[in-house]
Amino acid sequence: MQNLLNYIINPLMLIIPILVAVAFLTLLERKLLGYMQQRKGPNLTGPMGLLQPIADGVKLFIKEPIRPTSSSTTLFIIMPTMALMLALMAWTPMPMPTPMSDMNIGLLFILTLSSLTVYSILWSGWASNSKYALLGALRAVAQTISYEVTLTLILLSTIMLVGNFSLSTLITTQEPIWLAAPTWPLMMMWYISTLAETNRAPFDLTEGESELVSGFNVEYAAGPFALFFLAEYTNILMMNTLSCMLFFNSSNTQKEIYPMLLMTKICLLTIGFLWVRASYPRFRYDQLMHLTWKNFLPLTLALLLWYISITVSTASTPPLL
Amino acid sequence: MKILMMFLLTTMITTLLMTISFWLPQTSPNAEKMSPFECGFDPLGSARLPFSLRFFLVAILFLLFDLEIALLLPTPWAINNLNPETTLLLTYLIISILTLGLIYEWYQGGLEWAE
Repeated sequence: MQNLLNYIINPLMLIIPILVAVAFLTLLERKLLGYMQQRKGPNLTGPMGLLQPIADGVKLFIKEPIRPTSSSTTLFIIMPTMALMLALMAWTPMPMPTPMSDMNIGLLFILTLSSLTVYSILWSGWASNSKYALLGALRAVAQTISYEVTLTLILLSTIMLVGNFSLSTLITTQEPIWLAAPTWPLMMMWYISTLAETNRAPFDLTEGESELVSGFNVEYAAGPFALFFLAEYTNILMMNTLSCMLFFNSSNTQKEIYPMLLMTKICLLTIGFLWVRASYPRFRYDQLMHLTWKNFLPLTLALLLWYISITVSTASTPPLL
Repeated sequence: MKILMMFLLTTMITTLLMTISFWLPQTSPNAEKMSPFECGFDPLGSARLPFSLRFFLVAILFLLFDLEIALLLPTPWAINNLNPETTLLLTYLIISILTLGLIYEWYQGGLEWAE
């Protein structure tokens, strides 16, 4: 019984709410974008359109899936599965406030999994054997790996104030003050980088409708497309949770209130993503690359040096755990 | 163990979703529907086409930077050494190399996109 609870029910109770949250995130996005453009968004399915995600899900799973004859079938089918699997796996070390599995290198685990997402994009684009898909995949991969350099450097600078890569330590560190206060330049760059890392507007060049139709997933329809879609939104929520953990972690609250507070903050950051999508036009590709390689990278390198030096020179290194 | 279970369960759920999506709907494939999408035209030539070298260059740059960042990953533990000066010195060295690499790349025009 104990084992069943520990090893089956517990992971399921993490995975299923995430999937439900993702479903309603799509509704939130459509509603918000609707109201920002002076229209109502979905409002016919169920009360205030609340059943829309379910209807969408049912539709996507009973539509005809397409496997183009020229595609590499195995890769083509495995990649959406892998994308969603990676996105869900990344939630394992998240302490909300008790993690599924308390890893001492939780941050590196998340970083690794989000790097692996690149493969699902690249291989799905390549396996589709379509020009649009390949070009979209190339763009997405170049963008994601470029921003990953900055993301890692920002993470490393923050970790200099924390002491190790465990996510639980982040809670302890932020007992006196949110890390957003002492590291605000990092926080702003982090937020923009997460936007780029999850391929969101204004950095959604991978799907630039005007020239690439839909990017790396043109050839995907119905169920496999739904998996990619779920993976993308799971990644958005995961990245925002990580931002909350890193910069806005409230720790001197009761354990019972913690999830509520955390979810509120995640929602606010996610609404920020949607607001950005409603407000800003798409970047040009060279601007996108210049932003990370010529602005963020030198800045984060300097800041990393700063945060390492300041902790050592003021004898305020975090305790070794 | 929990990580393994999480891995197994996520794999099972996603595979299940995938299976449902291929098993549930009625399919009526035809040659046109199954051809790669190219705005209504028949596909011209292979899609495994040569691509811009810029993307390859970005990948190489990423590889270099990420490798050197990987060298920096143990610093949070290393600054708790008995003499953190050594750690600091080595970190400065690695970050300087990274910065010099960036400057070199910048001057050589590796960061420019098609002008």
